[in-house]
Amino acid sequence: MSDARIPASYMQPGTSSFSDFLIANAPDLLPARRSLPAGSAAELAPHGTTIVAATFPGGLVMAGDRRATMGNVIAQRDIDKVFPADEFSVVGIAGTAGLAVEMVRLFQVELEHYEKIEGSILSLDGKANRLSALIRANLGMAMQGLAVVPMFAGFDLDRGSGRIFGYDVTGGRHEENQFYTVGSGSLFARGAMKKLYRDDLSEIECVTLALQALYDAADDDSATGGPDLTRRIFPIIHVVTADGGRKLPEDEIAELADRVVGARMNRPDGPVAPLDLPGGEAIR
Amino acid sequence: MSMPFYVSPEQLMKDRADFARKGIARGRSLVAVQYVDGVLFVTENPSQALHKVSEIYDRIAFAAVGRYNEFENLRIAGVRLADMRGYSYDRRDVTGRGLANAYAQTLGTIFSSGGEKPYEVEILVAEVGGNVDEDTIYRLTYEGRVADEHGYAVMGGDAETVASYLAEHYTAGASLGDALAVAVASLGHATEGGQTTDRVIPVTDLEVAVLDRLRSQPRKFARIRPARIEELLGDRGPSEHAAAPEGGPDSPSSTPPHITPSTDDPADPTDQVSGDVEPLEDPESGEPPVAPPL
Repeated sequence: MSDARIPASYMQPGTSSFSDFLIANAPDLLPARRSLPAGSAAELAPHGTTIVAATFPGGLVMAGDRRATMGNVIAQRDIDKVFPADEFSVVGIAGTAGLAVEMVRLFQVELEHYEKIEGSILSLDGKANRLSALIRANLGMAMQGLAVVPMFAGFDLDRGSGRIFGYDVTGGRHEENQFYTVGSGSLFARGAMKKLYRDDLSEIECVTLALQALYDAADDDSATGGPDLTRRIFPIIHVVTADGGRKLPEDEIAELADRVVGARMNRPDGPVAPLDLPGGEAIR
Repeated sequence: MSMPFYVSPEQLMKDRADFARKGIARGRSLVAVQYVDGVLFVTENPSQALHKVSEIYDRIAFAAVGRYNEFENLRIAGVRLADMRGYSYDRRDVTGRGLANAYAQTLGTIFSSGGEKPYEVEILVAEVGGNVDEDTIYRLTYEGRVADEHGYAVMGGDAETVASYLAEHYTAGASLGDALAVAVASLGHATEGGQTTDRVIPVTDLEVAVLDRLRSQPRKFARIRPARIEELLGDRGPSEHAAAPEGGPDSPSSTPPHITPSTDDPADPTDQVSGDVEPLEDPESGEPPVAPPL
């Protein structure tokens, strides 16, 4: 600030949105307001990979593996790709890691800024729509290979249940009721979740489900990292309930991950889903 | 034909200060008290929606008395300033001192510029640190003066009476319950015509918030709900609402309690006289000014 007095634009009533305020006052701080030369930049920056989320009665779980890749190289082994957006919601990122982390930071400030200025919390749909707008603003960069595809999930205090939102690069959003996956390993993780998900999971079962799905993603996708037993690096897991969100402590995840890996020693393809046959008898 | 009159700068500033002081003195008092785990804010505010105390950033809170629309503007500017700095640098780089300086410059510029009405506000910027010694409370007046307060800070309304009560009863390192009890009692303390009265303020008329360093979230600001206030204060005997219908700066009081039309008393918000000396006289010689030659 050259003038010591707070600029007049700060004192003007009007928007409660931090990103709208940035557009008017400091557009250079916005991740999406940069013009790039033509050409693809896809191979220049690390990419984050697989994120999974699932709901259980009373809450939801979001988990992400720890790997970031740059082409065939593992760029980082312990990247954190799941973040709390505010007290009752989490956001996980896949795509260009640098831009995605910046977008998450902006999204976090956006939610907190609204809450402080208005004195009330945005509805969960309102939060999901704000994230849509941020992704849409990034479309130009997405077309040059720097796509960001987050996943948003939160506990809806009005409905009393966990909800998950998936996005595409144009900012289109869709709600998923049970589980959702994004990133390069998402196809394999989704297959695992399809077979293992049930409506009546407990919190710890839901966390285990997420670990199993990530294991299957890492099994078949080279860009997704499985539990790193030698370095003791395990997936990041957030649980959100009516009491708010929390990141599971590392030792808790390590214990569950060790069990999952231990069971895979006997059966590398993981738990078996029942195969219903005519006659009513399920065969295992 | 109107004559251009000379008004000395001293008189001009004094008139502006009187104007601001009277606006502030119409509202009720607000106290901030340091306790063992942070900073406690208490004020008498029957409105549950229009807050006088609010969150600015992780460890910083804002409290104000005076004209609502003016301090609301300052509050929003503070939130934007803090969020902008935290976003472009880091969350740790947002400090109460930086914010207090920005407010001081803003209020000072507005006060001394001829074109704008001075703000009728007094504000507190408080920041909670890792321990009691690192907690800071800055008190800013309408003319942009900053004071670094220790222990407790009082502003608005009958600040002197409340401050004298706190000076007597405040103890450093008190628990939340004890600090709240002293703060609420100080707000109910009043002096009228040499007689002191103590009123028990109903819980529903209190606005209470804390900056609590023990909160597990990074955001340390929390409002304390009436049920919890009741629990902390315990039984205090029968309570009574504020006596006279309060005339906030936005709604001038319809029934002024007492009128003293001949003297200027900054503590009396209802007097109609401003300044000890008639503005048209020379403040030093007492002579009427001579109009400058045309």
